[in-house]
Amino acid sequence: MSAIHSPDTHAETVGRRIRYAASELTTMSGRSLRLVRRDPDELLISLVLPITIMLLFVYVFGGAIQSGTDYVTYATPGVILLCAGYGASNTAIAVNQDMTTGTMDRFRSMPIASAAVLVGHIVASVVKNLVTTAMVLGVAALIGFRPDANALEWLGAIAMIAGYILAITCLAAFVGVIVRGPAAAGGFGFFMLFAPYVSSAFVPPETMPSWLRGFAEQQPVTPVIETIRGLLVGLGSDAAPVTDLGGTAAIAVGWCAVFTVLGLVAASWAFARQRR
Amino acid sequence: MPPDPLVVARGLRKSYGTARRPVTVLDGVDLTLHRGEVLALLGPNGAGKTTTVRILSTLLRPDAGTATVAGHDLLTAPARVREVISLTGQYAAVDEKLSGRENLAVMGRLAHLPRRTARRRVDELLDAFDLGDAADRRISTYSGGMRRRLDLAAGLLRRPQVLFLDEPTTGLDPRSRQTMWEVIRDVIAEGTSLFLTTQYLEEADQLAHRIALIDGGRVVAEGTPEELKRRVGDAGVELTFATAALAATSAAALAEHGATHEGDVVRLPTDGSLAHVRSLLTAIEKAGVTPEHWEVRAPTLDDVFLTLTGRAARARDTDPSDQEAAA
Ligand SMILES: Nc1ncnc2c1ncn2[C@@H]1O[C@H](COP(=O)(O)OP(=O)(O)O)[C@@H](O)[C@H]1O
Ligand SMILES: [Mg+2]
Repeated sequence: MSAIHSPDTHAETVGRRIRYAASELTTMSGRSLRLVRRDPDELLISLVLPITIMLLFVYVFGGAIQSGTDYVTYATPGVILLCAGYGASNTAIAVNQDMTTGTMDRFRSMPIASAAVLVGHIVASVVKNLVTTAMVLGVAALIGFRPDANALEWLGAIAMIAGYILAITCLAAFVGVIVRGPAAAGGFGFFMLFAPYVSSAFVPPETMPSWLRGFAEQQPVTPVIETIRGLLVGLGSDAAPVTDLGGTAAIAVGWCAVFTVLGLVAASWAFARQRR
Repeated sequence: MPPDPLVVARGLRKSYGTARRPVTVLDGVDLTLHRGEVLALLGPNGAGKTTTVRILSTLLRPDAGTATVAGHDLLTAPARVREVISLTGQYAAVDEKLSGRENLAVMGRLAHLPRRTARRRVDELLDAFDLGDAADRRISTYSGGMRRRLDLAAGLLRRPQVLFLDEPTTGLDPRSRQTMWEVIRDVIAEGTSLFLTTQYLEEADQLAHRIALIDGGRVVAEGTPEELKRRVGDAGVELTFATAALAATSAAALAEHGATHEGDVVRLPTDGSLAHVRSLLTAIEKAGVTPEHWEVRAPTLDDVFLTLTGRAARARDTDPSDQEAAA
């Protein structure tokens, strides 16, 4: 009580607001993580689906694809991104659920930073997707994925993966805010699931028709894949040892940063605008 | 206690649709809720109740009009308003996959209560809302009534000055409704001022000190439940006859009991007490009148609207005209 009645200095007020905002963020993240954990089916699907795709590629198409290396070694980075794409679509659905049920009204009518809801979902998604990434890597190792990376390269690869997850999760949050229902929110996952196919994730772009090849080589997923592959395996999509990994990584990080900022700005803009 | 206005709304307007073809939802709503009071905004589906509540709870900007809550202007100081209000909307705001206790714990942390205070308050609320046994079960296993009670509890971690409750019992069975009313009465007894919306005259009568009737985006009548009921009339014993002619002669036979007839229905006003209904039934028997069917009917929202506005509530616009055409 005394805190309310004592005359606050400006610094005190600001300090308290920051502390409150931090606690609201951790509360919302905890909530989202708990919601993810309470849905083991979803977690299972987000794991089974990409792993099935990996097995399909490795054992069905793998023989026919000339990647120049053991195919599982070639395709694993792509499968990790597929997995992240699917995970992000679940984030879009979770955000949308909060937006379209009474939940958002409740939060917005409270004296809290209600955009913390979005950040909570993003944090939970990144954590969840890092876990599924680890599992995909485990399965890949079982079927012959042999990375050739030192600790530093591993760290870099994980950071790149986390950056990609963050970027598409922020886009997913935006999608979750603007679409009208869970079906449309899920559509985002469909898109994200396909984006890596037209990249160097599963087949070397050199094998594509020239018009598609141009797109596949330039689109954002490709530098991300090349960076992860370069760090973990030390090879490029043409099976030659990587050259200029630094330059590729810079482009990949740039893309991720752009999409993260774009997603965050768009999501918070749409979020604020919802108060019609 | 001198009246102390806590929520004051003047000339609230809101339309949806395009600038060229606007759909007016609120057409100048004036309302006042005093401290310690329960105000029921009573109206049919689509009258503008939720829109009003969303404006007053800072979720929606009115196109025109002003409103203050506890002296804070809704438009210029929404953050201040949020510190003194709590909203339990028409649609539940609970996480299905979490337990009742977990849901409340999240709200406790968002209310920035100290850990121990929060835990104590959560237990207190679970108890008071009769959810103690179900506290650790997921909400998805809750009945409709339990869900509504938890939803209400979730808004009360910090005691608000004004509680907005949007249709708290719509869709509940009679027993759950009773339980909900008891819970709401407890909250009122703690000194919380309540802004309630409902489609049920009985609910407004049970809970509110004052009722504002809303229809087509305007407050069309206002008063205490007693005042409104006096104007609408009491409950009635209704007798349905095989023919309108039979109804007319029966009404004449029962004239001394205030019988009126309309079509094949005769209506005898009553206060609804057992003694009076029994005496009416005896009189009916003595008069040798033989209805096909009879019932005691309390005045409904329809009756209120018919009496106070001279026409049926907007949402039902088509039905009565059809009946008139048939009659
Ligand atoms: N976002 C919206 N866009 C268009 N029309 C709306 C919107 N929200 C409410 N309405 C319309 O406004 C009217 C009043 O709605 P509402 O306030 O929800 O009524 P009530 O709560 O009394 O049932 C309804 O006819 C409804 O269709
Ligand atoms: Mg409503």
